[in-house]
Amino acid sequence: MSLASYAARRVALGLVQVLAVVTLVFLVVQALPGDAAVALAGDNPDPARIAQIRAAMDLDRPAPERFLEWLIALPRLDFGVSLVSGRPVADFLFGGIGPTLLLAALTLALLVPISVLVGVLAALREGSLLDRALTSISVALHSIPEFALAVVLIAVFGVQLTWLPPTAVGADLLAQPAVLVLPLVVLLARPICSISRLVRAGMVDALASDYVRHARRLGLGETRVRFAHALPNALAPAVQQVARTTDWLLGGVIVVEAVFVIPGLGTVLVDAVAARDLPVVQGLAVVFAVTTVTVNLLADLVAFRLAPRAEVVA
Amino acid sequence: MPLNRRGFLGLTTGLTVVTLAGCGSGATSATSTPRAGGRLRAAFAGGGAKEVLDPHLANLFVEAARSKALFDKLADLGDDVSPQPRLAEKWEPNADLTRWRITLRQAKFHDGRPVRAQDVLASYARILDPNRAFRAKSSLALIDLPNSRAVDDRTVEFALKRPFAEFPNALAAFGTYIVPEGAEDFTKPIGSGPFGFVSFEPGKSVLLKRNPDYWEGAPHLDELEFVIANEESARTNALLGGQVEYAHDLTPTTARSHASGDRMTIHRSPNSAVQAFAMKLDRPPFDNRDLREALFLLADRPQLVESVLAGSGQVGNDLFGKGYQHYAGDIPQRQRDLDKAKFLIRKAGAEGLVVKLDTSTAAAGMVEAATVFADQVKGSGLTIEVVQGNKDSYWADTLKNGSLSSFRSGAMPIETHISQRLLKGAGTNVTKWNRPEFDALYEKAVSTSDASARDEAYREMQRVLHAEGGYLMWGFADWIVGAKPSVGGISTAPANTLDWARFDKVWLG
Repeated sequence: MSLASYAARRVALGLVQVLAVVTLVFLVVQALPGDAAVALAGDNPDPARIAQIRAAMDLDRPAPERFLEWLIALPRLDFGVSLVSGRPVADFLFGGIGPTLLLAALTLALLVPISVLVGVLAALREGSLLDRALTSISVALHSIPEFALAVVLIAVFGVQLTWLPPTAVGADLLAQPAVLVLPLVVLLARPICSISRLVRAGMVDALASDYVRHARRLGLGETRVRFAHALPNALAPAVQQVARTTDWLLGGVIVVEAVFVIPGLGTVLVDAVAARDLPVVQGLAVVFAVTTVTVNLLADLVAFRLAPRAEVVA
Repeated sequence: MPLNRRGFLGLTTGLTVVTLAGCGSGATSATSTPRAGGRLRAAFAGGGAKEVLDPHLANLFVEAARSKALFDKLADLGDDVSPQPRLAEKWEPNADLTRWRITLRQAKFHDGRPVRAQDVLASYARILDPNRAFRAKSSLALIDLPNSRAVDDRTVEFALKRPFAEFPNALAAFGTYIVPEGAEDFTKPIGSGPFGFVSFEPGKSVLLKRNPDYWEGAPHLDELEFVIANEESARTNALLGGQVEYAHDLTPTTARSHASGDRMTIHRSPNSAVQAFAMKLDRPPFDNRDLREALFLLADRPQLVESVLAGSGQVGNDLFGKGYQHYAGDIPQRQRDLDKAKFLIRKAGAEGLVVKLDTSTAAAGMVEAATVFADQVKGSGLTIEVVQGNKDSYWADTLKNGSLSSFRSGAMPIETHISQRLLKGAGTNVTKWNRPEFDALYEKAVSTSDASARDEAYREMQRVLHAEGGYLMWGFADWIVGAKPSVGGISTAPANTLDWARFDKVWLG
């Protein structure tokens, strides 16, 4: 199968997947107790008032009917309006996607070089003190959950030593990059381990493989053997993991956003679900589904390019 | 222990305590003399999608605080939760309390237009619009708008549908702000409040500036910025890290660990939130008066206050509004009496009964209180099983379902508490209290102009509720705010009253 027809098939499948995700999200939110009117009424749940809010929000029409209308408008990229605030859903998505994208891009820009370097170094010195040290540190970091690491870093560097701002509250992320340091460290800690371990394993396998031995027999320089022949093959499995990490980052890492007060997509999602603001939740589902499908497709294509013999399954 | 949100917050606090253990204590800077100028940043929990600047839609604390900075009401609640004149200079009812003449203060909107009687009528008409669902609608529902009129630019005459002595409570009700006539677009709100609007980023921040022409005198601050931080730990950390000067709504645990430190000052507002369990009287088992009394006697209130509120509060006596106007403080405080409770449970034939106690994390401390109370009930013959429900629909769920549930409420006048929760047909009657003679007593209270007769009627109502009611009000939580030690002028009035989160009186030292 050619790369192009493979990609086309995957895109078509992706569209079906997005539709399935959105429908599923709609059903799940419907299954939650209470609707937007109940959530908005809060501790003043006078039934008469809830009925009025419901009418004012147009919630008295059947839910499937509202869902279909929303779906029909979707191909025009019309995400509808928020039930609670009346502002367009697209505003929420644009508002949240900025901080999330910024964090994801910075994390990836640091993650890929660092983890490849760590993995390669460990593989080249397999079994050495360096290998064992890198392995121990990265596994140790991996075993700390994000929130625990965040809490410790804030307490030590933000509050006690006051080297770095403890939160990003009210800050303009681009104008005050210092607020991003601690969140980036937290976001990097675990993926560095998982990816560098995969690179190390791939590299160790590749260096022991027949084709590397053959390349050495042909008299190719050691650097060329390592980095032009062994490394690309070693990276193929890591690419899938980078894709999963990217997907995780683009979903808005809720814990990190909450602890550091970064108003990204994760925060928008939490607020929208709590408010039962269905159009906003559905809009987010579209964004998350599209990113997941796209990122995985790209990863498969990159893996295919790096190691063309690898089997691609649609 | 599974790691949930609460465990996480507890952990956060714990770690903060550990890392601050080395900090010194004792230093308090001079905050007694007001100083002009500067920008105060105040961190509040927000609602993201829910946040709006329309003061009539205000629902969250941050929206209430912003509305107060930008707008005025005709009246607001004083420290004893009684109505105090604000934009209204004075109010005068007629003899049968059905017509009220309000004289407006000389005040100006931020665009320079005067606040007129027409603006007041238009604001109330907007709130009362039958096609909309503003929170203050039920508070103002007794106004007969078509028969109300502007006598002149600074005099409004309200016609009421029935005699109502407590009309000023309605003028002070949550969300009854005065906006310019015809105002519908609140993207750049114009009010008459102490601060004018500069900018708004939903879910992130609102920037306001000093209104030099405020009728009560210009604020000390030049600028006021509200920033959003939903996690309590984040608000605390932002304050400790110098990113904000004021952090709203902190937990008792945080207060306890920072009370002696020099990096933040803790401000406690007593009697701000009542903590309770609500028993439903219209269904078994609590349709039995003996069983209700047994539950009253099983609560170890000092222990609940000490454990659930970490000591930041006071015990309750099953009555709403401790310290408020008309509170029946002379009724003896109820104490735990296990033997009498056991006897009452046997008498009610309820030995071995298992009762479900519905609770949720919809308000801080409710799940903890339910767990502690279930433990206190052990050994009485009755068993309480704590059931945790969905927090987003909790209040609507417990209004209809179950027989025993966690309850809490912010400050409001005792009259408002009764009319919203304890009358036949009241919108949020969670205990299903329904007594014609009680309703008659309420009618008597609000339709007499004799202040002492009114006070006596409220006391009588409270005596009945204390003896037979469905609310087990075990405590009153302090409202806790943290601020930089150099910030002055922070009041400790109960949350929801005029002086709570009132930034025109605050200064940066």
